[in-house]
Amino acid sequence: MAEQTNLERVFNEGKFAVTGELGPKRGVDVEHLLKMAEMMKPFCDAFNITDNQTAVVRQSSIGTGILIKSKLDMDPVVQIVSRDRNRLAIQADVLGAAAHGLGNVLCLSGDHQTLGNHPGAKNVHDIDSIQMLAGLKGMTEGKFMNGDDIEGEPPHLFLGAAINPFGHPMEFRVTRLAKKAAAGAQFVQSQPVFAMDVFKKYMADVVNRGINEKCHVMAGIIPMKSIMMGKYMRDKVAGVMVPDEKIERLQKAADQFTEKADRIKAVREEAVKISVEEIRQCIEIPGVHGVHIMAVAWEEIIPEIVKRAELDKSRPDYKK
Amino acid sequence: MIVGKQKPLDEIWEMIKGYKKVLVFGCNTCVAVCHEGGNKEAEILASLLRMKATQEGVEIQINDSGIERQCEHEYFEKAREIIGEHDAVLSIACGAGIQFLGEKFPETIILPGLNTTFIGVVDAPGEFTERCLMCGDCILHLTGGICPIARCSKSIMNGPCGGSENGVCEVNPEVPCGWQLIYDRLKGQGRLELLDQVIPAKNWITSRDGGPRKQVRADLADIKEATDGGAD
Repeated sequence: MAEQTNLERVFNEGKFAVTGELGPKRGVDVEHLLKMAEMMKPFCDAFNITDNQTAVVRQSSIGTGILIKSKLDMDPVVQIVSRDRNRLAIQADVLGAAAHGLGNVLCLSGDHQTLGNHPGAKNVHDIDSIQMLAGLKGMTEGKFMNGDDIEGEPPHLFLGAAINPFGHPMEFRVTRLAKKAAAGAQFVQSQPVFAMDVFKKYMADVVNRGINEKCHVMAGIIPMKSIMMGKYMRDKVAGVMVPDEKIERLQKAADQFTEKADRIKAVREEAVKISVEEIRQCIEIPGVHGVHIMAVAWEEIIPEIVKRAELDKSRPDYKK
Repeated sequence: MIVGKQKPLDEIWEMIKGYKKVLVFGCNTCVAVCHEGGNKEAEILASLLRMKATQEGVEIQINDSGIERQCEHEYFEKAREIIGEHDAVLSIACGAGIQFLGEKFPETIILPGLNTTFIGVVDAPGEFTERCLMCGDCILHLTGGICPIARCSKSIMNGPCGGSENGVCEVNPEVPCGWQLIYDRLKGQGRLELLDQVIPAKNWITSRDGGPRKQVRADLADIKEATDGGAD
């Protein structure tokens, strides 16, 4: 039996988990990514490696996952989108990942290819994210999706998925999580929880239905690096909800200063405060077992956020 | 019905300009309903191409004709002569019709004047929208009569994905979220419990993924053989 993943261990020990995210480069260079990874390592239990994030071609999530595992002994969460692979490729890639000791797999449908840099590509969507979860769960039980036996030891996988408590129709969102959990999701990571009231309501329903007992829910945290980024997420990114009040806080912070550099610094400081507040609030929400920090193009801020939220003391002992 | 859209005039011109005598050939059923490929459209397109030829100073004879359906043997009989008189035929039928025309007249150069866009409905006058992807294994009874394969941009069978907002799809605000439509329909019918179940991975063998498809009704094939001695 393969070892449990670090993320799995943290949950099994009843600890509040922290995951980060690393976006591979659009080239073969790994220096920057390894630098970011090493810097984040003491502050997260596991690290999502995105799979052609925003439908833009990058180094593969599995390749990068192997890299951080082998070079830095970090625990990757390999993202797999159903957009780019059919069931043959997904199962083959998961076997390959597991053979390299990668166990966390996050099953996603992926952003639509027309939103990325190869809009003329043919999409696959042979199976959706929920069917992927069911298929991969079957693999952990020794069966391929067609029912054939897997040769030898089945892969050890810790299966994850994404949730969006802010997507529409909102009243269906907990049911969709229940379906993911039923299909095989052992943990889920949410879209950023800027709209805390909505998230609390969602979690109350999750707890009420007992879904948190079979599936660990992690709340998504995105520090807003700039006012522009906040407004962009509020206005342009489907399914992301940013209350005006949080943008106003950033604006107010900026308006205390006139110099551009001071304004930027003040916004970033306020953004960190907002993220830390969100994390503290999430720790108090019943059923939330961790946070997933997506510091898009701002990875270096993760240590600061984790420290201020006082989550650094319990971070992993990799030598364990 | 099959919906199509005429190719841009310049693209058609590039295809036909090297020929001496071209027939623009309409198909008066599906693609006539969307006013793109019928016999009337063939007439209009032919006159536009004649104007283009005059503008470009190219000597080319362009005529038009058409039949009821380019996907069945029987309708071609009356057009056999006129097709034979031309060195190229620009068909504005759907892709199936264009190919069938080519099979009937293998010596003739067949050119496509229309892009087959989808199987859809006439939503409003002049507005045509897609409804079916011909997967060959209908599940509309599970999804409130709305097809997630055709109506969801990602063909997700257990939707909606996280990109559904205010009833529209993340891909394009003009596109309704198929899964919001499914949810609303089932809610209205008091059948939301249908969405509690995970729809398992689909067997796409009935779709194009199983290779080019064919279906035979043995009873009809027998009758045809008995009455007219076989296919054309």
